[in-house]
Amino acid sequence: MLLTTATATAAAALMLLQQAPAEGTDWDAEFGVEAKERDPVTGEFPVDPYTPSNANAGAAPHESARLVEAFGGREGIRRIAERTVDLSEADPRIAAIFESHDMVRLKRTLSEQFCYLLGAGCDYTGRDMRSTHADMGVTKADMNALVENLQAAMREAGVPFPAQSRLLAKLAPMSREVVTR
Amino acid sequence: MIPALASVLVLAATAPDFMPQIAYAPVLDAEMEARPSAIAPAPVPLAPAPTQRALAPLAEAMALADEGLRIGKVDVLKGGKLLLTNGVTTVEGSSGGGLARWATIGGRQMSGGIGLSAHGTAIELPDFGWRSYGVLLGLGDRMELSIARADFDTRDAGALLGIGRGYTFNLDAFGAKLRVAGDVVYGETWLPQIAIGVEHKRSRDGALVRALGAAEASGTDYTLSATKLLLDQSLLVSATLRYTKANELGLLGFGSANGGYRAQFEGSLGYQLSRRAVIGAEYRTKPDNLGLGDDDWMDIFAAYALTDHLTLTAAYVDLGSIATFSDQRGGFLSAQVAF
Repeated sequence: MLLTTATATAAAALMLLQQAPAEGTDWDAEFGVEAKERDPVTGEFPVDPYTPSNANAGAAPHESARLVEAFGGREGIRRIAERTVDLSEADPRIAAIFESHDMVRLKRTLSEQFCYLLGAGCDYTGRDMRSTHADMGVTKADMNALVENLQAAMREAGVPFPAQSRLLAKLAPMSREVVTR
Repeated sequence: MIPALASVLVLAATAPDFMPQIAYAPVLDAEMEARPSAIAPAPVPLAPAPTQRALAPLAEAMALADEGLRIGKVDVLKGGKLLLTNGVTTVEGSSGGGLARWATIGGRQMSGGIGLSAHGTAIELPDFGWRSYGVLLGLGDRMELSIARADFDTRDAGALLGIGRGYTFNLDAFGAKLRVAGDVVYGETWLPQIAIGVEHKRSRDGALVRALGAAEASGTDYTLSATKLLLDQSLLVSATLRYTKANELGLLGFGSANGGYRAQFEGSLGYQLSRRAVIGAEYRTKPDNLGLGDDDWMDIFAAYALTDHLTLTAAYVDLGSIATFSDQRGGFLSAQVAF
């Protein structure tokens, strides 16, 4: 009892001695936080340097002009990729995974990846699947949710089901790198 | 500080009128109101409008099913599998096609979850009627445990066979299946989901099946299954090796004086029309220990996931000759509810 009273008194004394921080303290500067600025042209945050390569896309591309046509060409593919990201960001099952990630960059790189894998003639400039997903703790259930959102985006865009599955065929084996728990 | 706290407690105890009102209720209400609006914007169209309208009255019951429960670290009935990747239910209660066992794990749960499914199946044949029903417990994407009961009505054929008109054979099937490698959707394209399993079946007509020549009234099948969804072709391919001594799945007992365990094959081929619909064909070989012309079974089927939880399967089955009655071809209908 005596000890606790003494501790409480000491704590109260400490609190009285402390001074309130000055108004308008720059906490980022105080703690050495470097603010990242979006690139004024691309709208993306800067990333650590890496070597871009189509091999980072994680699979060899399809070679079928009909398949590209089914997706509505490069423009259709870009819309589907962006819609998939939007749906996933709003999906309570997996929204948390996307928090604090650069959605502008994700939309671009995912669009490039789909475009490359479908053989629509893009180059993939993103990082490889293992390093991009290393710290995300993605489960197979998360991957299922993403697949459902991608299917919804493709369905909305009127992509025939067999063509939808041909894109999934390229993505499904990437579970080896993407699923980490 | 401590004396002050004590005096507050004394105050509270002696003068309940002055008890500070704890603001739990409004805070909770506010959160409850906030929550649906946080989830509602997800514009994920899950089913065509007519289907959703038709199912609207079920929404409340299905809302619980979609959310599931979390007990400790286990998600109970939360779901998470892609549509149809839990398979439908076989005549013996395992996850698979209608007749053939697949390497899939029943229930909609993913790893760390527990799922349940139930099914009812009816087969109408020229001379016989089959009814089966059962439940299945899925543990993660790893294991399933199933119980099923089959009733096989001999109708008029029973009188001709001398066992009495409408004599019904009953079979209890207890199954377990363990996924040992691979994934039906993910991973290497060449590596299917592989599962090992057992199916212990008990005929409830022991005296009769022994009189018909069966060595035993109960027996255990051992299975090795491999199943893969080939996305590039929208094809589901499945094969199972079954080491069995069952006569007509076990309805007519197990083994005989002439025969015991034999390896049998069951295969399925399905084409995915949409994420909800699949059509296909199956083939299942069976031993003929009793010499009654126990034939191989085959079917062509169509399965449709009406909702995330309800899957209907219709098939045209050719069960060949059963108990000397030949040309047993007819209709197969099955409903599966899975969480």
